[in-house]
Amino acid sequence: MKNLSKLQQILDNGQFAVTAEIGPPKHSSAEGIRHHAEMMRDYVDATNITDNQTAIVRLSSIAAGVHVLANGIEPIVQMTCRDRNRIAMQSDLMGAYSLGMRNVLCLSGDHQKFGNHPTAKNVYDIDSMQLIYYLRRMRDEKLFFSGEEIKEHEPQFFIGAVANPFADPFEFRVDRLEKKVEAGAQFIQTQCIFDMERFERFMEMVRERGIDERVHILAGVTPMKSWRAAKYIQNNVSGMIVPDELVERLKNAEDPKREGVDICIEQIKYIKEKVKGVHGVHVMAIAWEEVVPEIVEKSGLYPRPKVG
Amino acid sequence: MIVAQQKPIEDIAQMINDCKKVLFVGCAGCVTVCLAGGDKETQVLASAMRIKRNLENNPLEAITFTCTRQCDPEYIEPLDNLVKDVDAIVSLACGVGVQYLAERFKDKWVVPALDTKFIGGSTVHGSWEEKCGLCGDCILHRTGGICPIIRCSKSILNGPCGGSQYGKCEVSKDVDCAWQLIYDRMKALGKLDKLMEFQPPKDWSKSRDGGPRKAIREDVMID
Ligand code: SF4
Ligand code: SF4
Repeated sequence: MKNLSKLQQILDNGQFAVTAEIGPPKHSSAEGIRHHAEMMRDYVDATNITDNQTAIVRLSSIAAGVHVLANGIEPIVQMTCRDRNRIAMQSDLMGAYSLGMRNVLCLSGDHQKFGNHPTAKNVYDIDSMQLIYYLRRMRDEKLFFSGEEIKEHEPQFFIGAVANPFADPFEFRVDRLEKKVEAGAQFIQTQCIFDMERFERFMEMVRERGIDERVHILAGVTPMKSWRAAKYIQNNVSGMIVPDELVERLKNAEDPKREGVDICIEQIKYIKEKVKGVHGVHVMAIAWEEVVPEIVEKSGLYPRPKVG
Repeated sequence: MIVAQQKPIEDIAQMINDCKKVLFVGCAGCVTVCLAGGDKETQVLASAMRIKRNLENNPLEAITFTCTRQCDPEYIEPLDNLVKDVDAIVSLACGVGVQYLAERFKDKWVVPALDTKFIGGSTVHGSWEEKCGLCGDCILHRTGGICPIIRCSKSILNGPCGGSQYGKCEVSKDVDCAWQLIYDRMKALGKLDKLMEFQPPKDWSKSRDGGPRKAIREDVMID
């Protein structure tokens, strides 16, 4: 195999991986992205570059990936099914590969109703499962999605997907994960975990079916700044479960931000030590990128392994 | 059936503001069933327009006619005599009816009084729901008789997405998650294993993306 991404090498070596997230800005300057990349450089193995997250127009995931790469971090480009048809997806992903991107995360994407262009026409030409399947085929069988041959230089992506253990129907969540793995997903990032019990039940089912041996699962964690933020997610973000105890703990804290970081560190330690089958963590410090190095360090995940 | 809804009266009035005599044409098909453009609605709209225009000191002569079906040449023929001296025709049919009138009466200003919304059916009196997206290649046998193309907000064929919770879709607490419905039904039928099969992408060329579609039955064609 050639062109292995750093993230893939770390995961394949059996080392506990750390990824984070950089949200591109709502303007066309890369200054902030570069700053965040620089700050995180030594603390994470790769960073997700969100693709118009929550359907809000932002600097492109691929373009931001170029800036991140230039600052020494491996990007994980995101591709949502909401905004592009299969022609645009292939074109953009080949372009991304030519720019040095090696990891891609396939998502259906939040519905445009929630973003800043609710009157837009969505695409949803193919779904995330199909995107995973055809990207794998593109790499392994040198075929365009249509089945036409790619004569040379097929993109060789490390293919990722997401799983949400907190959405419904719960029993189908593991089925769908397995289906994504069958389709070709090599790594999985989960939705932010607040309800540890439910996550553990999910992982139990995953292990029962041996899925953790066929795919690298990275557990999603998010430090919360305040009890209001927690309450907001609890009430307004579909597919998320935030236990009341967590809200209470933040509410009673003297320094809620500190508490949020502490909770996140506890979660990472717990997941790493107690939850079998998890191969890494994905820290989603949404609009709070600054806190990532501290979390990584205090969770005992620093320094990061060197590869290649 | 096709479900349509009347446009706001102001909008319709605007379209014919400068006309003196207007023909309002209803349809006795789908739009009658969904209470949007039948004979009754046509009469009501015509008289509302007359009153409005009277109040504005800009009287309107409004005549009416309701076709058996506006999407059939045979049934719009009788309009030939009625349209002669009108300045505009307001169609209370679906978009097909409007286009049939515009095609036949080439020198007339033909405008829509309805918004054609979707194909679906009634749930309770006064409420209709979309059920089919006219994709041209039905897959209901693979999804327990529930259409993911139109009833899933993201048209996912290998769902459910991560936004599904408590049986509802992420777009609204009032929208059932189609994939929860599919899952429940397949489970009840003992066919959950079917949902593990990879569903390939849709061939949208059979949908509207192949250009306007035609359906031909040579066996029943006359010439
Ligand atoms: S699968 Fe296609 S034809 Fe069948 S109900 Fe759905 S949109 Fe209509
Ligand atoms: S929540 Fe259900 S219906 Fe809504 S987009 Fe996701 S899978 Fe489709």
